[in-house]
Amino acid sequence: MHATVDTPAPTSAPDAGDPIVRFRGVNKRFGDLHVLRDLDFDVGPAEKVAIIGPSGSGKTTILRVLMTLVRPDSGEIVVDGEHLYHRRVGDRLVPADERHLRKVRTNIGMVFQHFNLFPHMRVLRNVTEAPIHVLGLSKAEATERATGLLEMVGLGDKLDAYPSQLSGGQKQRVAIARALAMRPKVMLFDEVTSALDPELVGEVLSIIRKLAEEGDMAMLIVTHEMSFARDIADRVVFFDNGQVAEQGPPADIFTAPSNPRTQEFLKAVLQH
Amino acid sequence: MGFDLVPILLRGLDVTVRLTLTSAALAFAIAIVAGLGRLSPFAPIRFLAGAYVEVFRGTSVLVQMFWFFFALPLFGITLTPFVAGVAALALNIGAYGAEIVRGAIRSVPTGQIEASIALNMTPALRMRRVVLPQAFVLMLPPFGNLLIELLKATALVSLITIPDVTFQGVALQQTTGRTTEIFLWLLVLYFALAYPMTLAVRWVERRASAYRKA
Repeated sequence: MHATVDTPAPTSAPDAGDPIVRFRGVNKRFGDLHVLRDLDFDVGPAEKVAIIGPSGSGKTTILRVLMTLVRPDSGEIVVDGEHLYHRRVGDRLVPADERHLRKVRTNIGMVFQHFNLFPHMRVLRNVTEAPIHVLGLSKAEATERATGLLEMVGLGDKLDAYPSQLSGGQKQRVAIARALAMRPKVMLFDEVTSALDPELVGEVLSIIRKLAEEGDMAMLIVTHEMSFARDIADRVVFFDNGQVAEQGPPADIFTAPSNPRTQEFLKAVLQH
Repeated sequence: MGFDLVPILLRGLDVTVRLTLTSAALAFAIAIVAGLGRLSPFAPIRFLAGAYVEVFRGTSVLVQMFWFFFALPLFGITLTPFVAGVAALALNIGAYGAEIVRGAIRSVPTGQIEASIALNMTPALRMRRVVLPQAFVLMLPPFGNLLIELLKATALVSLITIPDVTFQGVALQQTTGRTTEIFLWLLVLYFALAYPMTLAVRWVERRASAYRKA
């Protein structure tokens, strides 16, 4: 089974680096629905990947599996060199316990379609809560970090508001600040503009665009906003039927898709 | 109108109030523990909490009280009337409260749990700082109802020799025979205690849920 390799292992290229996220043979079924089929999928450090595809294709499940919200049925996921759902005991891999999950999860952050802000906390505390109680930052450090991030998303004047007093776009910007405050290496965006009124989509996208331009954070973006995907992604992944049907630079995927399913999908969505 | 009866009835007021507040505090603690127990990931804990709820909800609180006061001494456990009364009331109301706690925790949206996981909170931290504060707001109205139920159920302790307002009323009725006046005053007294409680719970509820419509 284990082939010995005589040739020296290739040293990793200085700029390519190991992937920050690696899926190998990942399967997930919900009843009869096979949402992830033997999925192999890598994300490079600092890479911005847009995942597009028809609804029900499993693209959101990729993010949810990575965020440990949904356990895969089989396969391996490695985040920053560390197995996510397994832990190494000697040379065997055993299922991870909650402690191990928490360790690997520190690298991952997520922004949700429905924001999921904590409604009983004011904006500032939404953003300081986890840095204080999970990362162990002092209140002063966490407040400074949170204030900076909230200013960056244009909400420096809303620190004392409750989420119920904010618009959808403002809520989503708080949610982005909240996720950034944990300083993850990989950030997952799950259809973050789908629940917004059309006129509020722009303010959220422009912040994500800013993050994409400046950041060394890897970003995995599930979206229906094709022009946005085209603008910011290093790579566009067309996901269909639980698998990567086609992927490549946005210019290729959007102008000359080779897979007929991709062509069909793009034709349907770009008509609108 | 029988105003002359009131001072005598009021002698039991202090007992009724103390009994209500002590049992309520204890019932609240029991409800939280048993409600969390019913949601525990560990099956034996779920079973124990479930058995407690079913037994104490499914039997008469008066008979429970008789057990604590008349039957336990036969097993060598003698409780004072007050302790027996509080134990029965708190365990009985606590069982109902546990179901309220369980229901309220389960109605906190899953998105809140997912956000807590994404922020890498421990399950304990998530429960304490995210789930329970939101569940608490949902618990308040049904807890208010239970508190009134509890107050009225304290009348039963008169049957295990505790001199609460009902006990005083019954004693007075036996000596004076002024049945209608005495029992009418008793109704008034219970209502005079219950209504401010309703208002107080409503006030707490408004304050606690202010963030929703702020």
